[in-house]
Formats: sequence, structure tokens, C-alpha cells
Amino acid sequence: MSLRPDLALIASHVQPGTRVLDVGCGDGMLLAALRDERAVDARGMEIDAEKVEQCVSRGLSVIQGDANTDLAFYPDDSFDYAILSQTLQTTQRPDQMLDELLRVGRQAFVSFPNFAHWRVRLYLLVKGRMPVTRNLPQTWYDTPNIHHLTIADFRDLLDVRGVKVKRCWFLSRGKLISPMNANWRAHNAVFQVTR
Amino acid sequence: MATASIISNHGTVTLPEPLPLDGGQRLDGVEIAYEAYGTLNPARDNAIFVAHATTGDQHVASPHPITGKPGWWDRMVGPGKPIDTTRFYVLSANVLGGCMGSTGPGSLAADGKPYAMRFPVITIRDMVRAHVALLKELGIERLHAIVGGSMGGMQALSLAANWPDMADRVFAIASTATMAAQNIAFQEVGRQAIMADPDWQEGNYYGTGKAPDAGLSVARMAAHITYLSEESLTGKFGRRLQDRDAKSFGFDADFQVESYLRHQGLSFTGRFDANSYLYITRAMSYFDLEEEQGGRLAEAFARTHAKFCVISFDTDWLYPTPQSRKLVHALNAAGAPVSFVELAAPFGHDSFLLDVPALDRVVKGFLEQ
Repeated sequence: MSLRPDLALIASHVQPGTRVLDVGCGDGMLLAALRDERAVDARGMEIDAEKVEQCVSRGLSVIQGDANTDLAFYPDDSFDYAILSQTLQTTQRPDQMLDELLRVGRQAFVSFPNFAHWRVRLYLLVKGRMPVTRNLPQTWYDTPNIHHLTIADFRDLLDVRGVKVKRCWFLSRGKLISPMNANWRAHNAVFQVTR
Repeated sequence: MATASIISNHGTVTLPEPLPLDGGQRLDGVEIAYEAYGTLNPARDNAIFVAHATTGDQHVASPHPITGKPGWWDRMVGPGKPIDTTRFYVLSANVLGGCMGSTGPGSLAADGKPYAMRFPVITIRDMVRAHVALLKELGIERLHAIVGGSMGGMQALSLAANWPDMADRVFAIASTATMAAQNIAFQEVGRQAIMADPDWQEGNYYGTGKAPDAGLSVARMAAHITYLSEESLTGKFGRRLQDRDAKSFGFDADFQVESYLRHQGLSFTGRFDANSYLYITRAMSYFDLEEEQGGRLAEAFARTHAKFCVISFDTDWLYPTPQSRKLVHALNAAGAPVSFVELAAPFGHDSFLLDVPALDRVVKGFLEQ
């Protein structure tokens, strides 16, 4: 099984032998890859009991918990990296989430769908309705994405919080694209950030 | 269905040294009865210790010698089962204070008479200390895992906290690091029921031809309710009547649930010693790992490198999920690798003993990694 493109990117930039917390780790694909291929001490948090059960049956150390509240139980600097993939837009307070990631982790990887992709903009402009696209398939009333954001928004938040960007990548249909006009062209963004 | 016994080893070990107890006493000549399945490998590193719950015993996967019923975790332990005896050497022992072969209040003291209430009050840590001594006698210095539900989970946590190098994996199911007031309360009801029975005779009923069966039976009935859920009781019995078409306007067991509980209580007296029940529940009510560590639960797990797995059940109101979460947060704070999930199961606290396929998968995955 191959990893989702944003996860593969993250996996390839995690230093071997480090300690990683994947927040919202799903069925544990990324954690398993990090453990098996990069000898990482990989831990996870996931809210869905069935997914946690899948993780534990894979031998991963994953706890069922709500990222909005339960990161508080980890001491500062517990991990070399905290990972939040495709989840920031679902959190109650993305700004506080970013703070928490960089409190428990010395660095963080954050990936999110870019709400400023030109298709999303065009959808809203032409149809006058909340965009439903392949990348964002849910309707406004049943979407978990309660805090849609754009690449520009995320950079603004990093500035406000004094968070430094170590690396960033932009993806369109799962392929890396140049940073040129990324806020128009990228479906997804991945940021490696540090305090 | 009769199947061949899977017992590979069993017996009773007399501990060579006096056993020091948390209460300050030392107990001489402690005997611990154990049972094992599977084969200890040449590296002696495939042993899994299964710690039993309050009224359990070492007959995990073999028929109970008194009731003839299958072992209490027969569905979990055996060849090809989640705790696979073709792969692991699975060992269990009757706890100190018990009544299935290990030294307890019914055992004979140095004067040749049963200890009865002269038996010292023991703790969960004392039980674990006795198990550690047993393992030493059996030549097992390190466990692949210790697994336990309810009081068995407490033993697993106590082992990790007090003998941090003993087990590589620690699995606590439907358990807690601190016995809560509600649990202490229910157990006090049980003990008072036993002690209020005139046949208890201040504990000196051995050899009198009488035993506090009525008291022990009520204790079991009360405890049994706490092991179930409203959902399971309603589903199993509802308000259905027992062998009758109308209420009797008397105090017979009109309802099926009453009849069921009476049966549970009575059959329990045939296999369990009332004084053992007093001592074991006392040990549980004293259990508080947080207090043991001066108020910082995380400290309990600061010295171990074990991996932990903590499981709770959504219908378990006796050891509810917040107690497991508190334990998990302490493990997080200690930096211990820990897995936790609240599984959905309708059977209340007893879920850890019953058919919950998700539990099987988690147990297997955690132990085999």
C-alpha cells in the first residue's frame, strides 16, 4: 500500500530514529511506514475507536483521544515532530492547535486542503454556493471542515504566531508543483514548521 | 464439548523466603498455585502472565475443578486464540489470599489451624510480589507481557510500577490505577453482608459445618449487578417472570432477574471462600498507585520501558472510561508508549470476559508486535 502523497512527503522528511506524534493518525499508515522504514518511535492519537483498534492491531502505540483537548496531557518537547495531516481545518481552534503541536513537538508537519485553489474560487464565484469538489467532497452542512483556510491564511497565522517555515510543498492532484502562484494552483499544502 | 486439556504445567510452589507484606508483616511458607499452557522457549522470553480478577483463579483455559465449567478466559487463551499458546508460554496463578490453592485465610497457619481473620490484610502489590517470587522459582526472569482485566489489570499496573524491568508489555483491561469511592462502596456492601451472617462466626467457620453462605451469596449478587449493564440486564431478562404467569404477591423470585441473581449467588458459595472474598476485596479497595507514588501517578511509570495497552468498555460503569483515560494521560506524561481505546460492547464490566471481537484483535495485535 502506498502512502497518500502528502504523507509520503512528510515521511521522507522525518529524520530516522526520532520520536513522532501523528495527531489524527487514522488507520496508522504513516506511523507504520515511519516505524518500519525509518525506525521512528511512532505514536498516534485518533478519535475514531475503530481506527484506533486497527492501529493497535498493527502493533502501533495509538491512543483514542480528541486532539482539541487531549494534547494537553503531553509534556513540552515530548516529540521531535508532531504531525497534523489534513486535520487543521477540522479543529475547533486551529491557532491553538498550532501552538500545541509546537509545544509537544519541537517541529511540526501540517498539511491541509487549500481553499483558494482556482476551482474552489470559481465554484463559489459562479455557483454562489459552498464549493463541493473532488478534494473537498462534503456539503457545507455535513463537512468536518469547520475552519477552511488558504495557503495565504496559513502563512498569516504563522507570522502572527512567530512560527518559522522550514520547508513547504504544494501538491496538485497528488503531484508536487512549483511554489509559483501556489495559492491558485495547489489542492494541498504541506508545511514543516518550527518554533 | 470435551476437548483435550492444554495444560502444559501446573502445581504449587512454596516460596523459599518469607514474603514481606505492605502491612509490615512477613508471611512464611507462602504457597502459590499456578497453571501454564504452551512451551517456554529456550530463550525463556515468550512467557505471558495472565492475572486474574477478584473471583478468578489460575484455571484460565482449563475446566474449573469444582464447577467443571470452561476456564474463565477460555475464549482468549489457547492454540490459535488471541493469546496463542502455540506461540507463548501462558502462565497464571491464584492470588495470595485466594482459595484455589494459594495461601489465604483458609490455609493452615503455623499452629495447624486455619488463619481465618488472623491472616494479614494484603494489598495488590503483595499479590504481585508473590507472583514475582513464583516466576523466579519457575526460572522466568522477564515476561513478554502481563495481561489482566479488572483486578488483574491492577496487578499488571502494579508490576510495571514496582518491578519496572519485569514485563515488556503491560495490558490493563477494564481497570484503574486508583480504586474509586464507588467501587470501594460496593465492596463494603459485600463484606458487610458476609460479616452480618451469624454463620460467619468472626471468620472462624472452618470445620464448624457452617459457612456464611447467605452473606457470601448476597455479596456476590450485589457485585454481579455491578459487572453488568442496564442494557444487558434489560436485554437478558426485562421484566419477564420466572416459571409463572403472574406475580405471586410474595417474596419469591418472581422475576427472572431475581432468580438469576439468586442462582449466581448460591453457585458462587460452592466455589469461593467467604474470608478470601473479604481479603481480596480489601486489597482492591486499598489499591491506589497514585498514593503509592506520592500523588503523581506518572511517577509510577517513569522507570519502566514497557509498552502499555489500556482498554475500557463503553457500558462499563464500574471501571468507567475516565478512569482509564486518567491512567493513559499519566502514561503519556511519563513518555511511555501507550495504546488506548474505548471499545463498544453491551456487557458492562464483564465485557472483558465475553465475546467482543474487537478486544480479541487488539489483544492479538498488541501481544504479537
